[in-house]
Amino acid sequence: MSITGMAVPRASKNRPPREHYFWSRLGRKATPYLFLSPFLAGFLVFLVYPLIYAFNLSLYRKKLIGGITFVGLSNYIKAFQDTNFWEGVRNVLVFGAMQIPIMLGLALLFATLIDSGVIRRVTIFRLGYFLPFAVPNVVAALIWGYFYGQSFGPIAQLANLLHLQPPIFLTSKGIIPSIANISVWQYTGYNMLIIYAAMKAIPTELYEAAKVDGANEWQIAWNIRIPLVMPAILLTFIFSIIGTLQLFNEPNVLNAVAPTAMNSHFTPNLYVYQLAFANKQFDYSAAISFTLALVTAVVSSLVLFVIFRREANQ
Amino acid sequence: MTAQTLAPVRKARPIRRPGSVFGYTLMGVFLAYFLIPLIWLFIASTKTNAGLFASFGLWFDKHINVIQNLKDLFARDGGAFGLWMRNTAVYAINAALGSSIISALAGYAFAQYHFKGRNLLFGIVLASVFVPGTAFAVPLYLLESKTGLSNSLLAVILPALVNPFGVYLMRIYTEQAVSQDLIDAARVDGAGELRIFATIVFRLIAPGFVTVFLFAFVGAWNNYFLPLLVLSKMNLYPVTVGLAYWNGLASLPGNAQVLYILVITGSVVAILPLMIVFLFLQRYWQAGLSLGSIRG
Repeated sequence: MSITGMAVPRASKNRPPREHYFWSRLGRKATPYLFLSPFLAGFLVFLVYPLIYAFNLSLYRKKLIGGITFVGLSNYIKAFQDTNFWEGVRNVLVFGAMQIPIMLGLALLFATLIDSGVIRRVTIFRLGYFLPFAVPNVVAALIWGYFYGQSFGPIAQLANLLHLQPPIFLTSKGIIPSIANISVWQYTGYNMLIIYAAMKAIPTELYEAAKVDGANEWQIAWNIRIPLVMPAILLTFIFSIIGTLQLFNEPNVLNAVAPTAMNSHFTPNLYVYQLAFANKQFDYSAAISFTLALVTAVVSSLVLFVIFRREANQ
Repeated sequence: MTAQTLAPVRKARPIRRPGSVFGYTLMGVFLAYFLIPLIWLFIASTKTNAGLFASFGLWFDKHINVIQNLKDLFARDGGAFGLWMRNTAVYAINAALGSSIISALAGYAFAQYHFKGRNLLFGIVLASVFVPGTAFAVPLYLLESKTGLSNSLLAVILPALVNPFGVYLMRIYTEQAVSQDLIDAARVDGAGELRIFATIVFRLIAPGFVTVFLFAFVGAWNNYFLPLLVLSKMNLYPVTVGLAYWNGLASLPGNAQVLYILVITGSVVAILPLMIVFLFLQRYWQAGLSLGSIRG
């Protein structure tokens, strides 16, 4: 029944007998809720309530004449027919299709190389690969924005030195791969370490048994190591998809350096920001942001449900 | 005893493997890919703005201008950068400390007690682990601007106190580190539940607490979308919003080209604390990653 599948059996029945006063029993029952209450209160006020508020707001429309009127779901119908919104959705999907396979493929390859012992001095790689994760999104976008740049970017400088045509990254064609590269740079090491940690949890006996059977290192990696860390890979995959849908920081920062490469509805979040912040169309932006949050929550709950169902069945 | 459980378990490694040359070459190339942008940033921060344009990016200019850059950085806009760094520090420390305490309490409740709705509540926590803060930024902005909470550091700190990932980690960590017998013994001695948590449990789960603190700290330090929305006064900006703002000014045609070197120097100052934290607390973030993946 548990949707978490993580309930841990615990021998709590052999507690010493206690005086069964009404208040003490009530206290006992209330204790876990007391421990939970700060979190639950915050959860309700800062996660649930803003969504309800946004949903409520999205059911109205403010007009210049006639004030605020209830319009039902018409803001959602408007969003559904809004080509700006769908263009943003299409952009993040293209971005994700490009970035996620490269990032997770590399992360899996590196984790396998380290865990199988092909690479031995691992500390420098572990630290060096992870370091970009410690850089704020915004700073990563700033660094790469300059790095790509024509005036003092080292790539253009190098190309000029070799008398080559410097590649132009920040154009409307090049912008999606350019942002994808920033995300690959930031998160490959992070995902590598998550997958590597899962690999370290595999009992060594499995490898030894396979070796006795004459399996080589690649067969072991392909047939034992990678299948066994599939849940961790799936986890990183879900995180990546959700992160992709929410893309905002990098395009917003790069927009300043390359204003012609992107429009103000380049990603759904950029569009929502534009609507709420610049256009003050609060009701319509509430409708789109509510849809985005809802889709994200539903997708992640569904995936969780599927994962834990599968795990429970195994 | 709990410290050991955090240390990575090493497997015996054979001396040499086929594919080593390929492996080292590949990993070496990517090490360069991951580090060169950062090296470039550090080198660039030592140049003058003119030198930035005139000299090759991946090597130092004749003149090392880093002291002057730092002076200019902290003097610009009436000392705005110092304020931004202070704001970020205040914001990150409060958000991380508060959310770690709240997560530890909630994680302990999930690990230690059986109560009605436990599985349902934990299912909700798990599902919200996946939903990133950015999804709530605009609804929060709409709400906060209505209630008048916007334009205060609290507008950014309070939402950051809710940390489902922290609750998840603290539950797993508490299950591993706290033995039921110990709790029962304390109960027999007549200790109250809160006292048991504060005096006995907290010491045992301290390493897990540091892990949650670290991830929350980094998350808060790096946050951009929500502060961008809810803080419109420049003296309230965190450093991420401030740097992006300067970058926007620097990129305006014919405007304040000198700002580029300040954004670059500011970026170095903004990421140094995080780099140091990560290098010195390796054990804790690695523990966080493995706890997250093994049970995930």
